[in-house]
Amino acid sequence: MEAVLSVEHLTKKIGARTIVDDVSFEVKAGEIFGFLGPNGAGKTTTIRMLVGLIRPTSGSIVIGGYNLQSDFLQAIKQVGCIVENPELYPYLTGRENLEHFARMIDGIDTKRIEEVVRLVELDKRIDETVKTYSLGMRQRLGIAQALLGDPQLLILDEPTNGLDPAGIRELRAFIRRLSQEQSISIFISSHILYEIQLLCDRVAIISHGKVLKTAPVVQLVGEESKVEWSVDPLPNAVSHLSNLPYIKNVEQLGKERLMVHMPVEKIAETNQLLLSSKIQVSAIRPMNQTLEDIFLEITGGEGIG
Amino acid sequence: MAKLVYNELLKMFRKKRFLVVVLILAVLIPIFTYAQYITVQTTIKQIGTSDWKAILQQQIIDQENRLTSSRVPDEWKKWTRLTIAQEKYYLKNNINPTSPGAPTFVRKFVEEAVALFIPLIVVILAADLVSSEYGNGTIKLLLTRPVARWKVLLSKYLALLLSVSLVMLITGLLSYLISGIIFGYKGWDLPVLTGFIQQGDQLITTQVHLIPQWKYIIFAYGLAWFSALAVGTISFMVSVLVRNTATSMGVMLAAVISGSLLSQLAPTWQSLRYFIFINLRLTDYLAGKPVIISGMSLPFSLAMLSIWSLVAIVIAFVVFSKKDVLN
Repeated sequence: MEAVLSVEHLTKKIGARTIVDDVSFEVKAGEIFGFLGPNGAGKTTTIRMLVGLIRPTSGSIVIGGYNLQSDFLQAIKQVGCIVENPELYPYLTGRENLEHFARMIDGIDTKRIEEVVRLVELDKRIDETVKTYSLGMRQRLGIAQALLGDPQLLILDEPTNGLDPAGIRELRAFIRRLSQEQSISIFISSHILYEIQLLCDRVAIISHGKVLKTAPVVQLVGEESKVEWSVDPLPNAVSHLSNLPYIKNVEQLGKERLMVHMPVEKIAETNQLLLSSKIQVSAIRPMNQTLEDIFLEITGGEGIG
Repeated sequence: MAKLVYNELLKMFRKKRFLVVVLILAVLIPIFTYAQYITVQTTIKQIGTSDWKAILQQQIIDQENRLTSSRVPDEWKKWTRLTIAQEKYYLKNNINPTSPGAPTFVRKFVEEAVALFIPLIVVILAADLVSSEYGNGTIKLLLTRPVARWKVLLSKYLALLLSVSLVMLITGLLSYLISGIIFGYKGWDLPVLTGFIQQGDQLITTQVHLIPQWKYIIFAYGLAWFSALAVGTISFMVSVLVRNTATSMGVMLAAVISGSLLSQLAPTWQSLRYFIFINLRLTDYLAGKPVIISGMSLPFSLAMLSIWSLVAIVIAFVVFSKKDVLN
């Protein structure tokens, strides 16, 4: 697949501090790409470089085939973005805000403005001033302005920050719809693992300015899960389970509880087996392995802040 | 580019910046009008006559009395002596310097407003032009459009030039309309003296001639407009350099006010004349008011304002196009 965004050896130094250190990754056409890391890892600085707000110390950024540094206008035309909060002019109405930004891009008519307004479902409040909007509405207006120029790549910096759970769910559905219906590539940064896991196809994990790993989310999370079993008697269960070929790493948690690494689809089969061996199973709890675990694995237990 | 300038003007109007400025003018001009009225009335009462010749004569006597006081510094004495010479000239040629009427108020108002009042209003318009975009984070949206940074800044500068010009026009109109209620609307053709030349301690009157007041007002507003643009340009640069509006406004107010104060506190400090805000009183050259610091003249002040403005423009554009947006 063709890369919409390709970042190579991107580095930013401010004074003696290296904030972003030799970061490389690619966002492919149509995918949702997650950019995951703790606060202060260099996510926002990277994003600011991607949209031309900060000049990289070295490295290159190519968007839709245009180099951002040497061909800024062509490259930035391919991008819609919200950097950090959706900061719009509070004293203008939603429509005036959109018209303001539309005037800065060639060939955007009122029809396109109507289109994006409908897309983000702000039709009813679009003629009210932005200071009366809720954060969720501002977020949607922010996305509307990002979509105005019909971009190939949408860059969202911590889009769920400050939203309530309902708002987050709504936004997630919206982003998925965008990616499917408009076939836009989406680049999302977040410090919340769960968000990225639910939404993204691929993810880059960044810590202390360095990309630690880039991989498909499914591959990182893997098919294997931890499953917690409450069984009686315990020793019997341990010996039975350890003999099964698809089971690895049986761990005793308490008097009756076991943590087992195994494929989720084998749970029913295993349960049957235990029952037929006269072992009582009082609870089975599959635990999805989260990116948190992966993050700990990669960083060697440093945690995600 | 027209679209971008439209954007900037739209924001300026919707932010109510412009309204604030017009309101300030609409409140202060009546106060100044009334103050002028009271001054005229008081003088008439003191002298016991509405005869302007008597008033002028009294003024000359007052100033001559002040000259005899040993506590008056030499600089002030020189200044006063020149003013007396000028007043005697008015008297001899039968010209009433304070001849009432709205156009006279318009002329006097701009002469007084040029050093402090107009600069302050320009600062209100210019100080947050760029810094407010940093302050509320919209700069990130502005600079991630397919528009070169210098174009974004140029559109803001053009919007500033337009709005400053508009403010000057409104100032003239409001001061005419409001003061006319008390002083009457006549007096456009009144002859006014101009063409004074300052040479050392001498006020050269060989070039002095009379022009109709309307012509004088056009000259005066033209000069005030020029110094307003210079203040606007400097303020614009500060707005680019500083991240928040309060700081930007504070820096500019301090600079403008200290310019005004310094010229009165330290008239002997020669190199002060290279400071831009000492050179704002362009209309003084027209009126033949003695210059504050020797070596200053209309061409000198125009050159100073232009040089400072040019440097400010260059700094603003270079910094704005290079700056990393970090906040």
